[in-house]
Amino acid sequence: MNIEKRLLKGDRRACARLITMLENDDERAIEIIKRLYKHSGNAYIIGITGPPGSGKSTLTNRLARKLRNRDKKVGILAIDPTSPFTGGAILGDRIRMSDLALDKGIFIRSMGTRGSLGGMSKATWSAAKVLDIYGMDYIFIETVGVGQSEVDIVKVADTVLMIMVPNLGDDIQAIKAGIMEIGDIFAINKSDLDGADKTKMEIEMNLDLNDKKDYRPPVIKVSATQDENMDKLVEKLIEHRNYMERTEKLIERRKDNTKFKIIKLIEEELMNLIMDRALEQNLLESLSNEVVLNDLDPYTAKDKIMRLIK
Amino acid sequence: MNRPIRVLVAKPGLDGHDRGAKVIARALRDAGMEVIYTGLRQTPEQIVAAAIQEDVDVIAMSILSGAHNHLFPKVVNLLKEEGIDDVLTIGGGVIPDEDIPTLKDAGIERIFTPGTSTSEVVEFIKNNLKR
Repeated sequence: MNIEKRLLKGDRRACARLITMLENDDERAIEIIKRLYKHSGNAYIIGITGPPGSGKSTLTNRLARKLRNRDKKVGILAIDPTSPFTGGAILGDRIRMSDLALDKGIFIRSMGTRGSLGGMSKATWSAAKVLDIYGMDYIFIETVGVGQSEVDIVKVADTVLMIMVPNLGDDIQAIKAGIMEIGDIFAINKSDLDGADKTKMEIEMNLDLNDKKDYRPPVIKVSATQDENMDKLVEKLIEHRNYMERTEKLIERRKDNTKFKIIKLIEEELMNLIMDRALEQNLLESLSNEVVLNDLDPYTAKDKIMRLIK
Repeated sequence: MNRPIRVLVAKPGLDGHDRGAKVIARALRDAGMEVIYTGLRQTPEQIVAAAIQEDVDVIAMSILSGAHNHLFPKVVNLLKEEGIDDVLTIGGGVIPDEDIPTLKDAGIERIFTPGTSTSEVVEFIKNNLKR
């Protein structure tokens, strides 16, 4: 039986292999996604993001377990950084998810960023589609530990859960642009630590300044390891989902995200087209040399390379 | 086609020492591989389930507790039951020389003992992939 049919029948190995092929830019896998795309769209995608060590994996593990108790099938994509120097990676998010390993209703996949800088890898979107087609009800995408500007998750997820921890910075951090703007729900994890109330207050005050909308992101203090308030967090996720569906904001967000994805695909193909030719003629190397020696400026160098596809 | 080697580094059984596993994980990372580390105290069933979902090329197990004769072959047998024949399985740890032939017969393709250089492990993996 071919991989396509096996995936539709819920074969785990077919699902895993297809993700591998997509990660490796295998054209055959893209053809399969083209054919099976009509089967996608049923899964609800929740992005989980936050700083390194804030407890994203532990919290994802706990949420997945709670959704399993409600008989939902859960896919998890856990992203960790790839070395820009060697291409290697340590993918360690599964350590916090051992108790889910044997559950047939759960599929966990670790992914390296492989050069992407937005908190996810290039193949994360397509891997989520595979899990969707495979029959998952919910898909969690756990980003790499983020700093301030890795906001790509909002372009893939239906709901973004922002994980914070107490005492990471002063109240100016809360009003900066970037990741603080993308949370649909804020969870302050490790809230047994001192400073949780202050962090909550700072986030709430920042939200006070947003335009009045019919939805205000809730801010909840939780502890993933001690299962404090985690049921409430699940309720808030489901509330946001209901809100998105009821107001048709879900369709709107998915349409925006699809535009973003199509643009990304075009960018990628154009880049490959240009760079393949530029590298073939060793143009990048020779032009860079000229620029360093001040014989040329980078803008003219760019024009020379662009001429290759004009 | 860009295709990093994916390796599951696993600690089966009950021993709590993963310094060696972490050193290996780091060395494989530096050799450009994607290393999935699953943490301590994994059952053979958990290891195989993770290997399937992660679609790894290699399972590298470390045991310091002495339970290698039981746990290593169990992983290989579970892989066989799942019909998986394209994953390279290797082991390491404090393993007496006299146990090594039995483990190899059981399908663990190479056993690395204390004193092995990390580059030896990297080379072995690169030269013995099954797909």
